[in-house]
Amino acid sequence: MNACLPDIRSAVRIDCQGLGSLIAAIRRRGYQVIGPHLQDGAISYGPIQEIEDLPIGWTAEQGPAFYRLQRRSDSAMFQYAAGPKSLKDFIHPSEIRLFSAVREEGAFRILPNSDPAPRYAFLGVRACELAAAGIQDRVLLEGRYSDPIYRARRGNSIIIAVQCSAPSEVCFCTSMGTGPRAEAGFDLALTELIGPGSHEFVVEVGTQLGAELLSEIEFSDASPDLRNQAQAATQAAAASIQRRLDTNGLREVLRDNFDHPHWDDVAQRCLACGNCTQVCPTCFCVNVEDSTDVAGQTAERWRRWDSCYSLAFTYIHGGSVRVSTKSRYRQWLTHKLSYWHDQFASSGCVGCGRCIAWCPAGIDLTQEVAAIRAATNQTEGTK
Amino acid sequence: MSVPLHTDLSDPMLPVAVRIASVARETHDTCTLVTEPVDSGGLPAFQPGQFSMLYSYGVGEVPISVSGDPGVPDRLVYTIRSVGAVSGALVNRSPGDTISMRGPFGSPWPVEAARGRDVLLVAGGIGLAPLRPVIYHILRHRADYGRFTILYGARSPKELLFTKELKAWSAAPDTQVLTTVDTGGASWRGHVGVVTKFFRFVKLRPQQTVAMTCGPEIMMRFVMRELDAQKVADENIYLSMELNMKCAVGFCGHCQMGPYFLCKDGPVFRYAEMRRWMGGRHEL
Ligand SMILES: Cc1cc2nc3c(=O)[nH]c(=O)nc-3n(C[C@H](O)[C@H](O)[C@H](O)COP(=O)(O)OP(=O)(O)OC[C@H]3O[C@@H](n4cnc5c(N)ncnc54)[C@H](O)[C@@H]3O)c2cc1C
Ligand code: SF4
Ligand code: SF4
Repeated sequence: MNACLPDIRSAVRIDCQGLGSLIAAIRRRGYQVIGPHLQDGAISYGPIQEIEDLPIGWTAEQGPAFYRLQRRSDSAMFQYAAGPKSLKDFIHPSEIRLFSAVREEGAFRILPNSDPAPRYAFLGVRACELAAAGIQDRVLLEGRYSDPIYRARRGNSIIIAVQCSAPSEVCFCTSMGTGPRAEAGFDLALTELIGPGSHEFVVEVGTQLGAELLSEIEFSDASPDLRNQAQAATQAAAASIQRRLDTNGLREVLRDNFDHPHWDDVAQRCLACGNCTQVCPTCFCVNVEDSTDVAGQTAERWRRWDSCYSLAFTYIHGGSVRVSTKSRYRQWLTHKLSYWHDQFASSGCVGCGRCIAWCPAGIDLTQEVAAIRAATNQTEGTK
Repeated sequence: MSVPLHTDLSDPMLPVAVRIASVARETHDTCTLVTEPVDSGGLPAFQPGQFSMLYSYGVGEVPISVSGDPGVPDRLVYTIRSVGAVSGALVNRSPGDTISMRGPFGSPWPVEAARGRDVLLVAGGIGLAPLRPVIYHILRHRADYGRFTILYGARSPKELLFTKELKAWSAAPDTQVLTTVDTGGASWRGHVGVVTKFFRFVKLRPQQTVAMTCGPEIMMRFVMRELDAQKVADENIYLSMELNMKCAVGFCGHCQMGPYFLCKDGPVFRYAEMRRWMGGRHEL
């Protein structure tokens, strides 16, 4: 064990065994480690007890409506891009009971949820996911009201980021200014470096907590050469990203093209299934559902993820407001890339590409935006 | 403007119980519930235009505007039209029952900004309920306001709300109340037609008028057209907007219209802010 505490913003070196010790050290503190593992044919987030649970030697190929696991020739643990789950699945859970109520002497008494918030340590978090969590913070914590569920889970969590060196074909974080390099928002950030006969990690220290965790395991100095390799890995990742979203004036382009014919074109392809909203790490909409037991003695209120693609989403007495698929796709995209700026002073998109990979119709927002832009420029040109 | 909140800010989704003090039947499908605190805790103050989330145990929770007098503390009054599961459960309550509430939430009608000016209210159907606190306020401080005009339309005579009060209000100084129904029937002696037809009779002083309107969106759109024609500036026209709401604190996302969350940025907006997003632009 190293007796010394590394400085915040310094970088050290650990090997695979060190990573195993780090996971153990986090678990000793009473945290549940949530990291990448193989689940349902994808590299997804789930509980990790030891490094054998990580997707060793696996990656995934991604494209519009396409996700396939693939074997690698090495034993890499973190050489894949964002999978279907994100931090949202844990800190803004897909369903949770808000309270229950019991009938006593004819009246109901409300019993707030007393379950303690889980303490999660997230391992393998990418820069785009940190940016997404920052966006959800603004929505669920930093407004006039704050959500106690999110507050407890987010506040309790440890973040062990991984600097991304394997973006996929659907990634466009470079356009959104959110990656691939994470600069802040983590306790520790690993860069995985695999060479002939070597498998090691450069570990950047983000917080005091991160430093304390490191002090409980074996680490050594990261040589300047090793640090350069780590830098080069994320630089190469950035250079490899081909997909672009032109954000210049995008807020106005979408706001001012409400009646653009291209919305009809997307509506022909969109199934209004809501997959994109479920996988998007910033989409936050929920439904609130009340119920009673059969005897009417206890009542419960549950909160569940909802989607602006559902017809019921805008139901008011007499009918829904956004009836057509066109109006619902437009609402989603315009909210994400335009209204979000009005509401929360940033884009609602971090460029993770999940909505592209997991859309059964392969609808690609970068192309839809490009199509609206192209036709807009044309009409302006001919005016 | 700081708005007093009853809701526990640390857990804004947790309702508090209130007791129903009385239930008054207004029409065949509409009741007014007076709620009072269950213990000595008191009830929050509200501003005209604000709404609460009313929870009928196990059935559900819906947004309902406060329809009572802002000058009477410790009572929150709601006028509810039964249109479905939750509103139906709420109007079927008896005195002594408890329900729960969160709130009050949302932006108020501009009763302060309207001080010293003429006030025009245009209400359609249940839309008179959210405007009633404004009427109470103005009549209580009658000298602080100029000409006061209330235009009210309902589908038929049996749908008219607050009929006794409408009469009493029209007797107040410099106050005009005009009521109309879409279809009258044999015994109806009053006006027939849509509420906007009154714009032919009332002479507004557009420069000094503040207009507030609440009703079906289609009605409000026609009201906007009339007010435009009368040259009342968009900044002086206010309307209360409605969309599905599941939380009232900006978390559920359901009530978004353009850049706004109707629950926390509204429900009362200036027409100048809302104009771009109305007129069916969101629904096509
Ligand atoms: C800010 C605001 C103030 C309101 N004030 C009043 C009032 O003072 N008096 C009154 O009678 N009504 C008012 N309403 C309308 C009232 O909320 C709906 O009539 C009520 O939600 C219908 O619910 P339900 O379960 O009975 O109907 P259902 O048709 O069974 O509706 C199912 C669900 O859809 C949602 N929903 C349906 N209609 C509406 C709606 N119009 N607005 C929002 N959500 C809806 C609710 O979650 C409801 O539980 C107001 C609405 C808003 C947004
Ligand atoms: S909109 Fe798509 S690319 Fe953007 S953050 Fe959401 S899922 Fe990722
Ligand atoms: S864009 Fe794709 S994922 Fe989203 S609702 Fe339409 S079909 Fe489903």
